[in-house]
Amino acid sequence: MKNVYLDNNATTRMADEVLAEMMPFLTDRYGNPSSMHTFGGENRHVVDRARQQVAELLGCHADEIIFTGCGTESDNTAIRGIAYLDKKKQHIITTRVEHPAVRTTCRQLQREGFRLTELPVDEKGRLNLDDLRQALTDDTALVSVMFANNETGVLFPLAQIAAVVKERGAILHTDAVQVVGKIPIDLSRLPVDLLSFSGHKLHGPKGVGVLYIRRGTSLLPLLLGGHQEFGKRGGTENVAGIVGVGKACELAREHLDEENKRVGKLRDRLEQGILKNCPDVKINGDVNNRLPNTTNIGFEYIEGEAILLMLDRLGIAASSGSACTSGSLEPSHVLRAMGIPFTSVHGAIRFSLSRYNTEQEIDYVIREIPALIKRLRELSMFTLKDASPQAPYERKPQITATAKTP
Amino acid sequence: MWDYTETLKDHFFNPRNAGVIEDPDAVGEVGSLACGDALRLMFNVSNDGKISDVKFQTFGCGSAIASASALTEMIKDKTLEEAEKITNQDIAEFLGGLPEQKMHCSVMGREALEAAIENYRTGATKKHELEGNVVCTCFGVTDDEIKRVAQENNLKTVEQVTNYCKAGGGCGGCRGDIEEILQQLQRETVPPTENRIINPVKQKNRPMTNIEKIKLIQQTLDQQVRPALQADGGDIELIDVVENRVIVAMRGMCARCQVSEFTLADVVQAKLHEFVSDDLIVEELKT
Repeated sequence: MKNVYLDNNATTRMADEVLAEMMPFLTDRYGNPSSMHTFGGENRHVVDRARQQVAELLGCHADEIIFTGCGTESDNTAIRGIAYLDKKKQHIITTRVEHPAVRTTCRQLQREGFRLTELPVDEKGRLNLDDLRQALTDDTALVSVMFANNETGVLFPLAQIAAVVKERGAILHTDAVQVVGKIPIDLSRLPVDLLSFSGHKLHGPKGVGVLYIRRGTSLLPLLLGGHQEFGKRGGTENVAGIVGVGKACELAREHLDEENKRVGKLRDRLEQGILKNCPDVKINGDVNNRLPNTTNIGFEYIEGEAILLMLDRLGIAASSGSACTSGSLEPSHVLRAMGIPFTSVHGAIRFSLSRYNTEQEIDYVIREIPALIKRLRELSMFTLKDASPQAPYERKPQITATAKTP
Repeated sequence: MWDYTETLKDHFFNPRNAGVIEDPDAVGEVGSLACGDALRLMFNVSNDGKISDVKFQTFGCGSAIASASALTEMIKDKTLEEAEKITNQDIAEFLGGLPEQKMHCSVMGREALEAAIENYRTGATKKHELEGNVVCTCFGVTDDEIKRVAQENNLKTVEQVTNYCKAGGGCGGCRGDIEEILQQLQRETVPPTENRIINPVKQKNRPMTNIEKIKLIQQTLDQQVRPALQADGGDIELIDVVENRVIVAMRGMCARCQVSEFTLADVVQAKLHEFVSDDLIVEELKT
């Protein structure tokens, strides 16, 4: 069966070069970097080299990088590490469209007594900077805003956000899991204090996260233990994983331009192909301001899980913001926050590409999709006339009985 | 990724009876675009009172489409009285089982069938009034519907109720109310009289005959023990009764269960003491 992998915002294929770089540390070179002997101590240099590779991709200093266990741990360390620092500052600002790693952590702090502001987004998934300005207070400890949305790829204007936040002296954290390796980031010019990302989203291994902590920013460690990672994250280093993420960052630097151009072109080709061949299709999110690899397409009047099952049978891997794929009964919180009409929110499909995708693959998807969508629409009883155009996502079930009298 | 059975996938990829009947004798419609799933069931009834022609349209996920397809196959050539007896469990079983979180798809099938039958009988052309008071405002589910789905499927937790009829799956504000309904149902549940175990000793004031004792043991196992075990995928079989020793064999999940000695001693023996006789000793036949 074909395997056309278009779910790269979920995870990515590990680059062959990354695996090759990691192998010695999964086999012969198993030493602990903290050891006094040469066998272990050599691995200290290996970890530091990876730190340097990461720093070069981000435009920061190596001593501003710590390695964690995953993107979620990086987010937790940043948010809790700042929140618990200053008892006088009890306010946190985030957005309604964050990844659960941030959203759930912030809501837990709210349960613990912090005030939480979740900024809304507009129908294209954009923030209003005035909302942020108004939300900031003197006791705002932290603003945590994602760099790009995982479902729609919409980019938040981090430079402008940073300017607003810094004016009020709050700490700014950004979850950049979807951004690192896809578009250039230069932390020497972008004044965020904390930035999280994860190795496996940029063709590195799973099980390694990265947290950038700007010099001069103090935070309480989440994992207490040894002195590792400058005392900010206890636990023996995952040497092989760290080597892998370092190599992945080095490769990402080489490919950044390609990711931007070639992958962007493929994404546009896919999008245009689908728009041209399928009626009643909408692109969700701000198309002028988003990641080059992501598209979120709402197929009206059909349901996302059914689309994914049909795609899966054709060997095409994508993902959906539909309620039925998540085990929850509500569609994606991101699309709901954007007020996507319920005619298309259930049929929203995310295609996320990587540098490993080819034009042939994209053309295969474009070829197969129209028939599949048509088939599901034939099964469905809804058409354009059933939907009131201004109705936002809202649930009001009806039981109707409308046939003739026997 | 859901664990869908091969039968379910077959009904999703090759739905039976999909389409429209122009001017059908009966039509039942449940759900809506907003809810994320909806089903319209249509059929004609022939002169001999049987459902002759049946079609459906579904907006929904894989298991919603498969449940609708299964339902049409199940009711074809049935009389309305026969069709009426179909429960959501029957639909799920027809598909070889549904993931717990997808049980509401089978409930939607049963509701559409009911709506269609009601439409056929009463010719109701106006909107069907929801019975009871709305508990879950997110999905518009009433207390009557929650009670019914909980009773029919022997649901014990709020989470299960959500899986079966969506109530509580939106904002979650009504979960406390659902819990209350479940507790109320628990209190109301008394064993129906015809199922009550009658001990002839207490009735007739004489020692039981062997036949009576074995019958009573069998009855106690059937009514007091087996349902609980079956709920966990297990079963129990009465092998023999030798004086006061009751020899049983555990089946299914119970046979592999790590704590099955605890089950035997604590539950089976206690029940037999309660309903049959205090001196019974339960022994498990090891195979």
